[in-house]
Amino acid sequence: MSIEHRDDTGARFGMWLFLYTEVILFSGLFILYAVSLAKFPVQFAEASHKLNIYFGTVNTLVLLTSSLTIALAITAIQRNQIKRTLLLSAMTIALALVFLINKYFEWSAEIGHGIYPGSEHLAEMGPGVTTFFNLYYFTAGLHGLHVLIGGTLISIVSIMVAKGKVTAERYTLLENSALYWHLVDLVWIFLFPLYYLIL
Amino acid sequence: MTQSTLTYNGFYSESPRPGILGWLLSTDHKRIGIMYLCCITTMFIVGACLGIAIRLELIAPGPTIMGPQTYNATFTVHGIIMIFMFIIPSVPAAFGNLVLPIQIGARDVSFPKVNLISWYCYVIGAVLALFSIFTGTGAPDTGWTFYVPFSTHTNTNVSLAAFAAFMLGFSSILTGINFVTTIHRLRAKGMTWGRLPMFVWTLYATAWIQVLATPMLGITLVLVILERTFGAGLFDAARGGDPIMFQHLFWIYSHPAVYIMILPGMGVISEVIPVFARKPLFGYWAMAFSSLAIAFAGSLVWAHHMYASGMSDFAILVFSFLTFIVAIPSAIKVFNWVSTLYKGSIELAPPMLYALSFIFNFSIGGLGGLALGAAASDIHLTDTTFVVGHFHYTMFGGLGFAFFAALHYWLPKFTGRMYNHKIAVIAWALLFVGFNVTYMAMQAVGIQGMPRRYYDYLPEFFPLNLVSTIGSWVLAIGLIMMFVNLWQGMRKGPVVGKNPWGAATLEWTVPSPPPMDNFGPDDPVVTRGPYEFKGVVADEY
Ligand code: HEM
Ligand SMILES: [Cu+2]
Repeated sequence: MSIEHRDDTGARFGMWLFLYTEVILFSGLFILYAVSLAKFPVQFAEASHKLNIYFGTVNTLVLLTSSLTIALAITAIQRNQIKRTLLLSAMTIALALVFLINKYFEWSAEIGHGIYPGSEHLAEMGPGVTTFFNLYYFTAGLHGLHVLIGGTLISIVSIMVAKGKVTAERYTLLENSALYWHLVDLVWIFLFPLYYLIL
Repeated sequence: MTQSTLTYNGFYSESPRPGILGWLLSTDHKRIGIMYLCCITTMFIVGACLGIAIRLELIAPGPTIMGPQTYNATFTVHGIIMIFMFIIPSVPAAFGNLVLPIQIGARDVSFPKVNLISWYCYVIGAVLALFSIFTGTGAPDTGWTFYVPFSTHTNTNVSLAAFAAFMLGFSSILTGINFVTTIHRLRAKGMTWGRLPMFVWTLYATAWIQVLATPMLGITLVLVILERTFGAGLFDAARGGDPIMFQHLFWIYSHPAVYIMILPGMGVISEVIPVFARKPLFGYWAMAFSSLAIAFAGSLVWAHHMYASGMSDFAILVFSFLTFIVAIPSAIKVFNWVSTLYKGSIELAPPMLYALSFIFNFSIGGLGGLALGAAASDIHLTDTTFVVGHFHYTMFGGLGFAFFAALHYWLPKFTGRMYNHKIAVIAWALLFVGFNVTYMAMQAVGIQGMPRRYYDYLPEFFPLNLVSTIGSWVLAIGLIMMFVNLWQGMRKGPVVGKNPWGAATLEWTVPSPPPMDNFGPDDPVVTRGPYEFKGVVADEY
């Protein structure tokens, strides 16, 4: 009964709108960061030095590379190179996993030192430090959740590519997942300096 | 269906899947709209019962029908239901889904599956909210605003309620994305921006607010949940946090949200008034741009809820000024409706009565808003029942009445049957009188100093509270009468043709109820504006 309807531009437009909502979602945390930084500049610097910059750096490299691989996957599917598309998507998913595993070790180390939201050790370090670490855990946690969602999304679309449901003529789904992945990358590009570098 | 049989059943009988699954898995915008309508109306009735219970408790000083804890839970749940489950989705999700695609000549929204997901998010949110009343440690008692520090410390089921509101917000975002994309991409041939019905314009402005503001509520609610689970202290002054930051984050969404509530209502009124005055809408472009201006300016005024919370005098000055700016586009709308009525051949059919009372109520609410926008008078009035009266005037007297107008205006289109006009008018009169008595008395007692959200009060506030409670009963009778009449009309009323009101927008050119794909085999081509009534004739019924 219903008439076949397809509007790739519309689908992309909708995705951009959705990404905008994600930016606003994170912006709430950025606002809190800005306000707290203004209130506790010294404590923020002190707390920031407790973070292990190597974990952060590795994860930045991992995410940047994954943005590259997913972008290459789009070019591949446009040229109808299905195998290469699948390989590049798989690499993106693998890098997402590396990111999460890395995060796991980073968090384990910190939690091992008694630094986590609500911990007594953290409470003893005083207001500003506590605020920094709470924000760090919540923001990075929310970002990690997005890595997980993005990875899942790319996995599902890869299966659809393998089954021939997403093709060289019809690849908006892959493109939209890639856009989502770039957002995940973009958010991290802001988190990394704010928490690890500038203070 | 009994008595006169409908010969044609439209989208009710044409579905790729039969039975209940044909509804629950349907991606058709009309079916989703009807499902929204059923859920939203149910939630409204639940919420209204709680409202009556609050009023009953306040009928006289001292305890009457419930204890203080129950009272706190009752107004909290009343607020959560009415805000997140009734007014925010009422007109956009229910009537937007039903009418918007047909009005722009589309066969569906841009993302039909997302539309269905959005409905499920709504249902999950509503179910979780109801769960939060009956499970765990007791119904939430924070007020619908979830203000910290109370919301992070109370033992009641706040986390679940906050998560429910989060889901409802997600539903709202998805609807917004769908509508913006649909309006940009799926307009029929000839449906230029200058020919969009005003309802579409207001939904467009609303959808942008939904997309841009709702995530802020999302993150705020997530933070409340995290604070409760981990005791992090981001909003706790003792631990370096800041409770005022919570209020900022909360109102950055929740003030624009009042425009999510009112704009689609204004859209309904702008559709109804020209039809029943039989005159083109006065000042089309002024109306269209004032919708966008309200959406824009309304996003800048959130801190007028916080004059008394502690802000710099300069900030108060700025937010007070910006608040007054919003009055300008709102007033443009009121004046344009009145100008449309001027020298029109006015027909006082039920939708029109609701539309006219919208203008009346909304104007009172809006003027009260100016009293609250000015910091000096707000310091006296804040957190009194004047505030409660004010927002009921705008939200219930405004959007609520617009919703009723929409029910009376569009239900015949989607059921193919007409309700009884005489009963509709009596119900309207009861509603109008009951509403004004209830909330005018509430405003008056608020000016005298009666605080809001209080379980008990001093004896000098007794007379006006009594009046208000009696008003709420008249209101309730009106509501019952209206719903029964609509229900009866939908089941047994006389059959109507395509265009019972003689309106000129596209939805009145298709059969009632519309067929599954809205327009038959050929896409429509639009050649006239939405308010050009020349040559349009109303069908007899
Ligand atoms: C039968 C109709 C209704 C009655 C009798 C009623 C009555 C009341 C009363 C007495 C309060 C408590 C005021 C206070 O002490 O703070 C209240 C609060 C509230 N009502 Fe209604 N109301 C009705 C309908 C509505 C509708 C239609 C809406 C939304 C469109 C609504 C939204 C609210 C909200 C948001 C609150 C604030 C709750 C809070 O303070 O947390 N009400 N209502
Ligand atoms: Cu406001």
